[in-house]
Amino acid sequence: MKSSSPLKWFGSREGLYYLALAFLLVVILPLALDPFRLNMVGKYLTYAFVAIGLVMCWGKAGILSLGQGVFFGLGGYCMAMFLKLEASTPEATAIQSTPGIPDFMDWNQLTELPWFWEPFHSFSFTLIAVIGVPVLLAFVIGFAMFTRRVGGVYFAIITQAIAAILTILIIGQQGYTGGVNGITDLQTLKGWDIRTDEARTTLYFVCVGMLFLCLFAARLVQNRKLGRILVAMNAQEMRVRFSGYDVAAFKIFVFCLAAAFAGIGGAMFTLIVGFMSPSFIGIVASIEMVIFCALGGRLSILGAVYGALLVNAAKSGFSESFPELWPFAMGALFIGVVLAFPNGLAGLYRSYVMPLEDRLFKRSKPEPKTASAPAATKPSAEKADDYDPMITTYSPEKS
Amino acid sequence: MGTTDTNASVRSPGKRLGFRKSLMTLAASVMLATSAQAATPSTADVNTTDLAVTDDTVTVGILHSITGTMAISEIGSVQAEKLAIEQINESGGVLGRQIEFVQEDGASDWPTFAEKSRKLLRQDNVAAIFGAWTSASRKAILPVIEQYNGMLYYPTFYEGLEQSPNVVYTGQEATQQILAGIDWAVKEKGAKSFYLLGSDYIWPRTSNKIARKHIDKLGLKVVGEEYYPLGHTQFNSVINKIKLKKPDVIFASVVGGSNVAFYKQMKAAGVDFTDEKPLLLTISVTEDEIRGIGGDNVEGIYASMKYFQSLDNPNNNEFVAAFKETYGDDMVIGDVTQAAYLGPWLWKAAVEKAGSFDIDKIREEFAGIEFTKAPEGYVRIHENHHLWSKTRIGQAQVDGQYKVVHETEELMEPDPFPEGYQ
Amino acid sequence: MFDGYTSSELMSIFAMQGFAGLSLFSVFVLMAMGLAIIFGQMGVINMAHGEFMILGAYTTYLTSGFFQSYLPGLFGGYFFFAIILAFLICAVLGALVEWLMIRHLYHRPLDTLLATWGLSLIMQQAYRSIFGAREVGVDLPEWMMGAFQVTDLVELPINGLFVMIIALSIAVAVYLLMYRSGWGKNVRAVVQNRSMAEAVGINSAGIDRATFALGCGIAGIAGAAFTMIGSTGPSSGQAYIVDTFLVVVFGGAQSLIGTIISAFGISQAQSTMEFFLSGSMAKVLTLLVVVGILMLRPEGLMALKVRR
Repeated sequence: MKSSSPLKWFGSREGLYYLALAFLLVVILPLALDPFRLNMVGKYLTYAFVAIGLVMCWGKAGILSLGQGVFFGLGGYCMAMFLKLEASTPEATAIQSTPGIPDFMDWNQLTELPWFWEPFHSFSFTLIAVIGVPVLLAFVIGFAMFTRRVGGVYFAIITQAIAAILTILIIGQQGYTGGVNGITDLQTLKGWDIRTDEARTTLYFVCVGMLFLCLFAARLVQNRKLGRILVAMNAQEMRVRFSGYDVAAFKIFVFCLAAAFAGIGGAMFTLIVGFMSPSFIGIVASIEMVIFCALGGRLSILGAVYGALLVNAAKSGFSESFPELWPFAMGALFIGVVLAFPNGLAGLYRSYVMPLEDRLFKRSKPEPKTASAPAATKPSAEKADDYDPMITTYSPEKS
Repeated sequence: MGTTDTNASVRSPGKRLGFRKSLMTLAASVMLATSAQAATPSTADVNTTDLAVTDDTVTVGILHSITGTMAISEIGSVQAEKLAIEQINESGGVLGRQIEFVQEDGASDWPTFAEKSRKLLRQDNVAAIFGAWTSASRKAILPVIEQYNGMLYYPTFYEGLEQSPNVVYTGQEATQQILAGIDWAVKEKGAKSFYLLGSDYIWPRTSNKIARKHIDKLGLKVVGEEYYPLGHTQFNSVINKIKLKKPDVIFASVVGGSNVAFYKQMKAAGVDFTDEKPLLLTISVTEDEIRGIGGDNVEGIYASMKYFQSLDNPNNNEFVAAFKETYGDDMVIGDVTQAAYLGPWLWKAAVEKAGSFDIDKIREEFAGIEFTKAPEGYVRIHENHHLWSKTRIGQAQVDGQYKVVHETEELMEPDPFPEGYQ
Repeated sequence: MFDGYTSSELMSIFAMQGFAGLSLFSVFVLMAMGLAIIFGQMGVINMAHGEFMILGAYTTYLTSGFFQSYLPGLFGGYFFFAIILAFLICAVLGALVEWLMIRHLYHRPLDTLLATWGLSLIMQQAYRSIFGAREVGVDLPEWMMGAFQVTDLVELPINGLFVMIIALSIAVAVYLLMYRSGWGKNVRAVVQNRSMAEAVGINSAGIDRATFALGCGIAGIAGAAFTMIGSTGPSSGQAYIVDTFLVVVFGGAQSLIGTIISAFGISQAQSTMEFFLSGSMAKVLTLLVVVGILMLRPEGLMALKVRR
């Protein structure tokens, strides 16, 4: 979308949607919820990072990764390692046999910090690692797979296998990683106690801020030529390849982007929840992250955020009142989203609410919006000026 | 309470007689009032930290997995805790108050445990939490419960290495189970060589560390140590290795679904545990697990626990009968279920000794509290918040019950940070 | 590691270890065959495969209980009956699932993945609600327990042999069905060129349904067989999924021979490594090797067509 000035963008339909989301997250929820529930919303938002990444790599580029938990977990573990080292100063751990190392290492009779923990004493290194480690792994996997044109279902299963491998490794090597318990009891970030209510609220807003940064980054990719190429690759890979583009490079890029987002989400999760465990890396967690994206609408990054919020809110709600019904509901959600509304909530919104909006605002807004409502069946043949990412349609003929 | 009546009589008969009478009635009414207050202390006295306590009720939390993979194990604990609460309520409650509980589902997911525990403490202001099962769930709850000063009653036998002021560990820690078990095997069965086998996570690994150190101390041999991922189902290779090494004792800490596969495959490979060698000693198979494995697949194995359903003492007979009456005749009761049953009773004892629900006050009273009506016989809380208890060795029978073949004479002292085993 | 044993003892150990490897091989073959048919022939990923296996296991459990209560005299042979019943029930459920859900998703393999994952969640919770969260024990008749004494030192577990026989029979039956029968020819025709197959009068929708049902039925037989060696509980199916998928993908889709070769390779590698290393490391190494090879040769061992 060629917005002539950033301010004018806020007046456009897309800008209004972003403002609405910002209003919800920054004003409404903090006012309506107590710190405990707000903290939970913050947790849900960290999953939204992964969902946004999946919109980019799955929705746009058609690469389904069932192992995003790996990147989420790696980012989370990096942050956890930093926080744990900070909480394990020699003074705080004086009762251990070996003071100065995390408690779980002490129980496992380690006598010194393993070499790969050392760099995490530095906050700057940790920040780089939170993005860098997942991206590096994504690059290796992507390079190996995409240059050999592995895609689709095969790729998905291999990401599953990787999730399984990493889970087994982390759980087994408990001396180095905290094992199945994870890394717990994280207390301060550079001296600032992250467990108080005020800290939690602050972290919530930090998370919202990071989320918008990622949203804008995703939007940037989406709106440039890069984004179009990704969509084109998804629709007709051969043609894109014959047009001279290095398909593998684009796929690697978007996969790494998704990994970066997931890593940031993981780090935020560690800060907000106060610990990290291998249960987020495994297959089950990774597939759940896909459903957030699918429900929101796999082509809509804003939808991904709503999807993550709604599914998790439903999960908490159900588990408080009807715990035994939740797996049924979630299973039905998977099936329903795939069968009945493949464009998720964004698609439903687009089909039903947008026409209303058009009718309401047609007089007051002289926008040359050619987003004629029931173009639901038209494949993504958007014109250059008209490219509105909110309403790009997912056509079910291609997967 | 009685004062209103005496007011009337103060004014009645003659002045002199009336005065003495009124003095006596006044004294009597004061005594009546104070004794009535002692029976049901006022909420202001017993609850100075805003817990969910009213004049008639006190609220506690139950936090276990009702869904997910851990539901299999945790259901028994939930049942036991509810039974204990019901029995306490029938006998008058705690400090004259009936216990109400809020039950939350941990869903076999550790962050959910942390979240729910925070909810129980911050929103429901429960006076106690009975919950958790795996070490991971306990570790997830720990920072929350320490931050908000709650008290968790944790029922599972575990690896030790922890001693939180906000947790009461009603299950055995590793040294109590393992050291007694190995000593028995050495003394009674002349064991000289051991093969250690467990699932790959913290509890079996730590348990085997302790076991190995103890075996080394006794001058005996460990001929193998193996770990398999959680959920692993093919054990033929390790069974062959065991046949190769011919250990006297197989020390098994396999958990979950792997248990079933392991014992079935052992049996299929022709290993008969009713023979004297190899002897299998486990710390992870209770009556609950045998239900899934099948009695004939584990016939003859030995387990080191503090409680077996077949214990023959009046407390246990009553407990088993009450459990079956409430939940059905085909119920089995494992060690953890019994430990969970202890939780509410120990809490009640502490509250009544302290005369208050305040966590800080009851914490001071823990050390030395005894519970003589425990189904396992007798337990006493140690100042490290674990329990003094006896360790027993049982042999699994075809019907899924254990026959107790050995009992430590003395209560075993809990030692979560054992010297020389670290 | 090998000191102190006579050569005959060593031979017997190797024999038993070889058998253990073969045993693992037959387990993989059983697990993977059903999935290979569905995935290889139809391009559909069934994430609920493990749950279909467990359905077969629960059927066996119910059959065992039924025979114990009502037909105790015939208990010794109930297992054969259970296998047939498991096949039928799973096949029927598979056909139903295909009709309700899968047939809308053939052109969207990634979506079938998600939809069948949802199905697996529902099935797991259904098992939990119906049978309880605890695992159930399936009683075996006497003759199926214990070991077969081949020589003094070599003992072969009977149920391991039984699983192998079942696996072999299934593999042979599937081969005959796919490559030597008229129906199999129709299936292959539909896979290779659906529109032409329809043009010559083959009912492709019916073929799809029957193939899916067949795959699920085989999964049911696998589950029945596994009651002898594993646990039967609501989440027991999860333990098999990753391995099964890797075996199928490694072997190359659309090649049942490839599946068998891949099952052999992975099982031998894993059981050999298990013998020399510990279980966890063996598992991790096996997975790493498989993933590594897949990265180098993504179409699997025996691809008949370039996929994608």
